[in-house]
Amino acid sequence: MSSRTFAPLLAAMLLLAGPAQAQLTIEIIGGGANQIPIAVLPFAGESVLPQSITEIIEQDLSRSGRFRAIFVGGVSPLPTEIAQVNFPEWKSRLADAIVIGQAQRLADGKLEVRFRLLDVLKQSQIGGVAFTLTAAQTRLTAHKIADFIYEKMTGERGVFSTRIAYIVKQGPRHELRVADADGQNAQSILISSEPIMSPAWSPDGTRMAYVSFQNKKPILFVQNLSASKQPAPVANYRGSNSAPAWSPDGKQLAAVLTKDGTSQIYLMSADGTNLRRLTVSQGIDTEPFFTPDGQSIYFTSDRGGSPQIYRMPASGGEPVRMTFEGDYNVSPRVSPDGKILAYISRVSGRFQLMAMDLESKQVQTLTDGQRDESPSFAPNGRIILYATDVDNRGVLAAVSSDGRFKQRLGIQAADVREPSWGPFLGN
Amino acid sequence: MKKTLFSALTLALVYGCASTPVETEKPAAPSAQPAQGLPVSPPLAARPIQPAQVDLSKRSVFYEYDKYDIKDEYRPVLQVHGKYLAENRGKKMLIQGNCDERGSREYNIALGQRRAEGVKRMLVLMGATESQVEPVSLGEEKPRCADHNEGCWSQNRRSDMLYSGEY
Repeated sequence: MSSRTFAPLLAAMLLLAGPAQAQLTIEIIGGGANQIPIAVLPFAGESVLPQSITEIIEQDLSRSGRFRAIFVGGVSPLPTEIAQVNFPEWKSRLADAIVIGQAQRLADGKLEVRFRLLDVLKQSQIGGVAFTLTAAQTRLTAHKIADFIYEKMTGERGVFSTRIAYIVKQGPRHELRVADADGQNAQSILISSEPIMSPAWSPDGTRMAYVSFQNKKPILFVQNLSASKQPAPVANYRGSNSAPAWSPDGKQLAAVLTKDGTSQIYLMSADGTNLRRLTVSQGIDTEPFFTPDGQSIYFTSDRGGSPQIYRMPASGGEPVRMTFEGDYNVSPRVSPDGKILAYISRVSGRFQLMAMDLESKQVQTLTDGQRDESPSFAPNGRIILYATDVDNRGVLAAVSSDGRFKQRLGIQAADVREPSWGPFLGN
Repeated sequence: MKKTLFSALTLALVYGCASTPVETEKPAAPSAQPAQGLPVSPPLAARPIQPAQVDLSKRSVFYEYDKYDIKDEYRPVLQVHGKYLAENRGKKMLIQGNCDERGSREYNIALGQRRAEGVKRMLVLMGATESQVEPVSLGEEKPRCADHNEGCWSQNRRSDMLYSGEY
């Protein structure tokens, strides 16, 4: 229990078993401002579950940078109803909110977890939910509870029950993995002796577009995540096929093909049919990314002499240049609310993550790494996941979109790269 | 005949490597009958000259950081392959463009493609056909050298030419 005390300040090592060989471990680097002090009490009877559900909830909340976990030791018996809570005690421990609950096995063998989120000052219930679950759904239930708490306390949707995709390279082995947002519960989507690149979630979270080199050149695939076999390519034209990006309605893919010369952006249906060319330049046009309204596409082009970010109508047409500082601005990604443009900029030989306020055009440097790349917004826009390196080993890192809170996710003795944060699922 | 041989030799000299097969010399026909009473000279011994080996062993073009233009020093190498492809229409080639690890992975796919495309254009100028050569990019995904310094990066900024059967 002592490790739960000041979780935001400690490196939290998560070592739970899962199907993929090595799990991501998470290290929290910086602290956020205005953290909400919250006490997540152990749920009465939670030992019927295969894992400590309240530990997962508390770790989720702490890792978001928005909460500070309050020491919960020495409480006996554990309260399960609001009437049993000693509110003055929690007030003296400086908690704004407290979470109580219980777990039990039902007559049919299923499990039930119920919890209540309580306001310490008002001594009242903010909300509560009961879940019926199987043992294998313990982690998912914990993430759902953390999402509920996060939304009630911050007014924004939580992303703890969403999933992330990333590439792991270990020696000659390349793997496309999907894991919970906390790096746990990882599953392999594709294993190859040749590189895999640019994973991109379909907006409904059921399919993944990616680039595979298994035929000695980049070819574009879209894989149904519930299917076990590798699909047929959606783009396998002469030259290179890469940089997939989904339209927000999930019906179309923008991608980069070289069948007509240099790298140019094309639009196609998600199955690869109805191909048409969107950009016409003599240079490089790549890294398309749709705005959330589907109306525009941001992309990288060297048409002005150096790689810079441009925006054009999603149907093609005259591009507008977006970046002017420096001679290397690449990898544009727009926040889910359409207000922030995240991208990578080379500054004095270092590659750093930048955030541009699209209304004021003000730019903020979010990271100070040497080789930061491949940014990906969480679906609530609060966090940007990206790839960086530590001691020449690829790791994932996350930074809050205000730049204040940072954390790292790595795997021992492997390169982790190209994160892609999946969408909200369900509801 | 002699003229052809001369110009072929000149070409080989100019481009610094024996890229052109030298035609086999046929035995010269005797131009006159030996005079009566003079000793008969032994018949001329002629032997065929083997065609010069075409040196296809050089397969790579290296680049400056962020650049895709082909330096002059690689023209003779491309000349050899262009001519070989022109003379062997059945041969196909894959050109793989590579980049060092710095910068965006997808942008590096595009940059590697540009490098490979440049090699293809040069080969076509030198006699290959469009359908014989396919330029593709490996970006920064298949580094030859894995360290994180210029010594390695300069090896990884490269286009490789591979003939069918070699990839």
